[in-house]
Amino acid sequence: MASLELGTLVADPSTIDQPFRADVPVTRRRRQIRWGRGVILVLAAAYFIVPFYAAMAFSLQKPTGGFSLTPLSQIASAPGFISALWLSTQMAVITMAGVMLLMVPTVIYVHLRMPRFRRVMEVITILPIIIPPIAYATGVLESAPAWLRSSQYLLAIVYVILAMPYVYRSLDSGLGALDLKTLVEASRSLGSGWISTIWRVLVPNLRSALMSASVLTIALVFGEFTIANVDNWTTLPVWIYNAPTTDNPRITTLVAMVALLATCVVLTLIVTLDRSQSRNSRRS
Amino acid sequence: MTVLSDSASRTPPLGVSSLNGKSGSGGGGALVRRLRTSAPVLPFLSYVILVLGVPTVAIINYAFRSNSGHFTWQNIHTILSGGQFRTGFETSLKLALVTAIIPGILGTFIAYAISTSSHAPFKRISAATSGVLAQFGGVNLAFMFIASFGFVGVATKWLNAIGVDPWSHGFDLYKFWGVAFVYMYFQIPLMVLIITPAFAGLHPAWREAAENLGASRWRYWRHVGIPVLTPAILGSMFLLFGSGFSAYATAEALTTGTISITPIQIGSILQGNVIAGENNIAYALAFAMIVILLITVVGYVLLRRRTSRWLR
Repeated sequence: MASLELGTLVADPSTIDQPFRADVPVTRRRRQIRWGRGVILVLAAAYFIVPFYAAMAFSLQKPTGGFSLTPLSQIASAPGFISALWLSTQMAVITMAGVMLLMVPTVIYVHLRMPRFRRVMEVITILPIIIPPIAYATGVLESAPAWLRSSQYLLAIVYVILAMPYVYRSLDSGLGALDLKTLVEASRSLGSGWISTIWRVLVPNLRSALMSASVLTIALVFGEFTIANVDNWTTLPVWIYNAPTTDNPRITTLVAMVALLATCVVLTLIVTLDRSQSRNSRRS
Repeated sequence: MTVLSDSASRTPPLGVSSLNGKSGSGGGGALVRRLRTSAPVLPFLSYVILVLGVPTVAIINYAFRSNSGHFTWQNIHTILSGGQFRTGFETSLKLALVTAIIPGILGTFIAYAISTSSHAPFKRISAATSGVLAQFGGVNLAFMFIASFGFVGVATKWLNAIGVDPWSHGFDLYKFWGVAFVYMYFQIPLMVLIITPAFAGLHPAWREAAENLGASRWRYWRHVGIPVLTPAILGSMFLLFGSGFSAYATAEALTTGTISITPIQIGSILQGNVIAGENNIAYALAFAMIVILLITVVGYVLLRRRTSRWLR
C-alpha cells in the first residue's frame, strides 16, 4: 500500500454517507444530474477497473488461452519469496508491538490528564507524513550508529515512526467516542491499578480502533518500499521489484496483484467492521 | 475510522473543560507538578526525538556541509544553479503540479457525482472503495500498470484490437505522462475522500435562497457553490501536491529509476550509483524537498482555516 509514500491522511469514508440535500428534486434538473453523474461514474469506474482486471488477466492467463490458477501455487517456490515474506512478517510483528506499546498508554494518558498536549501530539504525528520517506531515509542512514545500520531491526524502529500517524488518529477518535473519565474512575474506584484499567477496561472498549490501527500498520509494513530499498533489505515489495522478470514475469505481477487484493480485502473489512461497531454503540 | 466524524463533535467539551482544572495554573510547586504530570509522555517524546528528530537535524546539518565538514552553501548552490539536479527538481515540481490539478478536478466531479446520489449503499461502497484505492500505490501499483498498459500489456492489446495504439501515438508509460497517469490511480480517490465532506457542508438553504431570488442553476454555482468550495478544493490540491511530490516507490518501480525526479536522484545517490563525494548533495536535495513540503502544508492549513469559515 502506498500510504507511506503517498503521505495520505487516513481520511474518513463515513463522511461520504452524509446526505447531500443541495438539490431540490426538480424533475428536469434531476434528469440532467443523473446523466452527467452516470457518465462521470462510468468513466471513473473504467479507469479503476481496467488496469486491475488487465493485470489479473496477465498473470493468470495460460499461454494457450483461458485462465488457470496454477500460477498461484508457483508463488511459494519462487526463489527468495519465502525469505522476503518472512522478513516482512517479522518487521510487521515488531512494528506492531512497538507502536502499540508506545502509543496506547501515551494517548490514553494524554486524553485523561493532558488534554492540551493533544495539539502537540497532533503536530508530531503529522510530521512523518510531511517528511518525504526518501528524505527521511537519508537522515536515518546518516544518523543511525553503524551496529544498528547493519541490523534489520532498524527498519522496524523506523516503521514505528511511520505508523504513528495512523495509530494516533485511530486511537484519538476511538478514545473521543468513549466516556473515558467515567470508565477510568469507575475502574479505579473498584480497586484496579492502571495496567489492569488499560488492559481490562479500555482496550476492550477500543477494540475497533485498535483493530484498524493494527491492520493499517501491517499493511504499511508490508507495502513499504522506499526505506527498505535504500537500506538494502529484501522485504516483500523489494523482492517484487528485484525479482528477475526473465524467469517468469507473471509470478512477480501475480504477487503484486495478490498483495493489492489482500490490502483491498483487509481495508474493506476494517471499514465495514468499523461501521457495524459504531452503529451498535449508537444503538445501545 | 468511522468514529472519527462523530467523535470530532463530541470530544472537545469532554476533554478540555472537565480536565483543565488539573493540569493548568499553579504557584510555587507548579513546575514540579507539571513535570510529574508530563512524565508519562516522556517515552513517546524521547522515541520521537531520537528516531525522527535526530535524522531530520542530520539532514539539515549535512545539507550545509562540505565533504571536509565545513559549513557551506555549495550544495544548495549546486542544486539551484542548473544541471541534472535542478532539472530533476523542476520535473518533480511539474509532476506534483500535474498530479494535483488533474486528479483534483476529476476527483471533485466524481465526489460531486457520488454525493448527489440518493442511493445510500452506493455511496457507502464508493466511500469504502476510494478509501482503499487511496492507499494503493508503490511497487504493486507500478507492476499492475506495467502488466496492463505496458508495451505488451493486456490493456494495450485490447486497445490495439479496437484499432487504438497508444504507444505509437506518443504514449510512454515509463516517461513523465505515463508516471502521471499511474499516479492518478491513487490521487483521484484521495481527492474524492478529502473533498466529499465539503459537499456535505453546502447548506441546502443557500440553494433555496438563491432559487427564491431567481438564480439559475449556473448562477447558484457561479456565486455561491464555487466560491464556497474553492478553498476546500485548493486545500485538497495542496495535499495531493505533497503526496505526488514525495512519492518515490511508484516512480522507481515503474521506470526502474530512469525518470529524473528528485526522490529517485536521492535514492540513487544513497545506493552509491554516483560519483563519490556527492553524498551531501543527497542531503541538500532532501532538505529542499522538506522545505517544499512545509510550504505545501502551511498552504493547506491556511486554506483549511478559510474553508471552515463556511463549511461546518
